[in-house]
Amino acid sequence: MSDITPDEKLDAKGLNCPLPILKAKKALKSMENGQVLEIAATDPGSVKDFEAFSKATGNELVKHWMDGDVFMFYIKRVV
Amino acid sequence: MADMDLGNAKKMTIICTKGTLDWAYPPFILATTAAAMDVDVTMFFTFYGLGLLDKKLKLGVTPLGNAAMRMPMAGMQMAMPNIIGVLPGVTAGASVMMKNMIKKKGVASIEELREAAVLSDVRMIGCQMTIDLFEKKTEDMIDGIELGGAATWLESALQSDINLYM
Repeated sequence: MSDITPDEKLDAKGLNCPLPILKAKKALKSMENGQVLEIAATDPGSVKDFEAFSKATGNELVKHWMDGDVFMFYIKRVV
Repeated sequence: MADMDLGNAKKMTIICTKGTLDWAYPPFILATTAAAMDVDVTMFFTFYGLGLLDKKLKLGVTPLGNAAMRMPMAGMQMAMPNIIGVLPGVTAGASVMMKNMIKKKGVASIEELREAAVLSDVRMIGCQMTIDLFEKKTEDMIDGIELGGAATWLESALQSDINLYM
């Protein structure tokens, strides 16, 4: 997959459940369909949470990886 | 985000009967997360849960009678003997301790979660009977709440996919 450039970035480092999800939802709401949100989180529960969030809302969890101790996510807003 | 097809939207009703700091978290975390996942959420606050709708929250937690309470202290999970719980000032101390822990760990405050719930259009209903019983004033409660009774809760519960009692 070619490198994706996120349209927006969300720094959720240091925040615990449910804040990463709540802030992601808020950010996605103000974005256009097809745009990608990059999220950085330190909450280990956020991996499962973002998978569940994507499944439930239909937004696509394009990719997730670790950058050192930080969990990184690309979520694409979908129609 | 797809416009919610109201016919297919999942619905959740939570009835909140407790007003301590530790009991305030589950309903607000679940309500806000569910709302973020496109669930239509109703929260019904009754008895001590009604305190969660006060403008000025004064939530406390006591180790007394809380056999499961463990606080991380001195590198261990410390249980609190009940006898300590009866001493004056311990409830206030435990409440402050827990609030500090919450802040330190980047966990949202109840005020923040409650605001997020209101902004996510979570329906918040205060139990009319409890208000009358404890002579509470609605002016002391946050804006945007409805007042209702058991039948109001029941109507919401009957339509819900998830019903929670906490």
